[in-house]
Amino acid sequence: MDSGQKTENIIRVENLAVAYGDRIVLDDVNLQVRRGETMVIVGGSGCGKSTLLRHMIGLHRPESGRIYIKGRDITSLDEEKLSEILRKVGVVFQSSALFNSISVGDNVALPLREHTRLEESTIQIMTKIKLDMVGLSGYEEYMPSELSGGMRKRAAFARAISMDPEILYCDEPSAGLDPIVAAGLDQLILKLKKALKMTIVVVTHEMASMYTIADRVIMLHGGKVIFSGTLEEFKNCSHERVRQFIERRPEEYGEDEIGRYARALTSNSF
Amino acid sequence: MAEELSYQRHGLFQTFFGWFGRKGLEFLERMYFIYHLILDSLYWTFVAPVIGKGLRVGSSFDEMVKVGVNAIPIVVLISFSIGLILAMQSAYQLEQFGATIFTADLVAVAQTRELGPLMTAIIVAGRSGSGIAAEIGTMKVGEEIEALQSMGFNPIKFLVVPKLLALAIMLPCLTVISDFVGIAGGFSIAVFSLDLGFARYLNRTILALVFKDMITGLIKSGVFAILIGLTGCYMGFMVEGGAEGVGRRTTQSVVVSIFLIILADAFFTSLFYYLW
Repeated sequence: MDSGQKTENIIRVENLAVAYGDRIVLDDVNLQVRRGETMVIVGGSGCGKSTLLRHMIGLHRPESGRIYIKGRDITSLDEEKLSEILRKVGVVFQSSALFNSISVGDNVALPLREHTRLEESTIQIMTKIKLDMVGLSGYEEYMPSELSGGMRKRAAFARAISMDPEILYCDEPSAGLDPIVAAGLDQLILKLKKALKMTIVVVTHEMASMYTIADRVIMLHGGKVIFSGTLEEFKNCSHERVRQFIERRPEEYGEDEIGRYARALTSNSF
Repeated sequence: MAEELSYQRHGLFQTFFGWFGRKGLEFLERMYFIYHLILDSLYWTFVAPVIGKGLRVGSSFDEMVKVGVNAIPIVVLISFSIGLILAMQSAYQLEQFGATIFTADLVAVAQTRELGPLMTAIIVAGRSGSGIAAEIGTMKVGEEIEALQSMGFNPIKFLVVPKLLALAIMLPCLTVISDFVGIAGGFSIAVFSLDLGFARYLNRTILALVFKDMITGLIKSGVFAILIGLTGCYMGFMVEGGAEGVGRRTTQSVVVSIFLIILADAFFTSLFYYLW
């Protein structure tokens, strides 16, 4: 809206808490994402980062807490209003989540066909432009199953940006891809951000990817935010968990714990 | 091992009631989901198009081709065989009374009132019910359902309603085809093997059939269509844990929909028998 408002918080999460049964997944999470920045959410497996992302897209409603996108609380909106907001939000899922029954071109064109009243010829051109942007020009007629993993990810990016979103969410963009393809995707994220001036939120546990794309970093551990700051601050952070994460040190198990586990095993089997 | 530990810690009673409570909650949750599935489907089929939220007509027609038109060969084949079998079996009994001509009555009435709707529903449950469960299940596993939601699309409108509409329209149509072909099957036995004569058999068939036979059959097939569609969609949405989950739910969708079809058949047949 107002380009002068550089520090406007486009996404705000307040006191978000989520539990599945007895298991607390997110515990009092607070975070802000500023317009135009790339925020990377890192953390180990099972730290709740995917759950956080799912709530930020409005796929789930939290037990408590509020999530604001462009100042509107998406946790209390009805489906129609939420759908309106989601048109300005693009999501790249971990498994790409392309619709396998339709071609790549149709995948990219689907949001345009459903949400806008554009001419079919205009939609074709826009689809082509989006596919060009992600380096998949000429792949309109291919089916998703005919593409490699990296190309599917790129197609998912093309679909996510088809409505020119203001916010782009990426769930583990480099999961399951080789380092070269993953590095290519990092470059793609940087390029898209520059070209489309989007706010980008990336969930990942790839340190290399984070160093390349992040403006600011949030680290989750055990459902809590244990670090929030710029990339520089993250590198110099002295928090024990953060250091362990950066230095790739394994979890330390005490001598007695292993002994107890071994005893439990042997006593059960006889 | 976790179960063993909780048993040791809490004692038998708590474990038992804990299990009971968890299963009960799970059951209620599922009932709530089914309730929502039905309610939302009704909304997106009947209310939403009226207030301008649209109906996916194109994909409804695609589905109609898939569940209806493509099923015609197998429905014809099976119904014709059923007609043959029915005619031979009834002739075998009726011969004893010298009443072979009543084969016409038996075939026509049994086919239109019972076997036409039932066999067609079972074929479609096996063909399309499982297909629906597998399609939605695979989409769920591949995060495609979530992708739909994240683009602001309603999965019920996008996936469920076109399939339900297609089934509700095409299953009765298939049933009509099945009725005719089944009777034709009986015809061929009667004319070529029982020497009943073409005109005589046709006359007898027309005399035997009343409008109500056809209508009750079609009402039943409409109900079967909804049961097949809802079961398939429900099983699809319930899929968890990858390809194995898809396989399990697909199988379940066929078993459960055939069970529900028979149950509904019993209910409606008794309704028509005693009340109409």
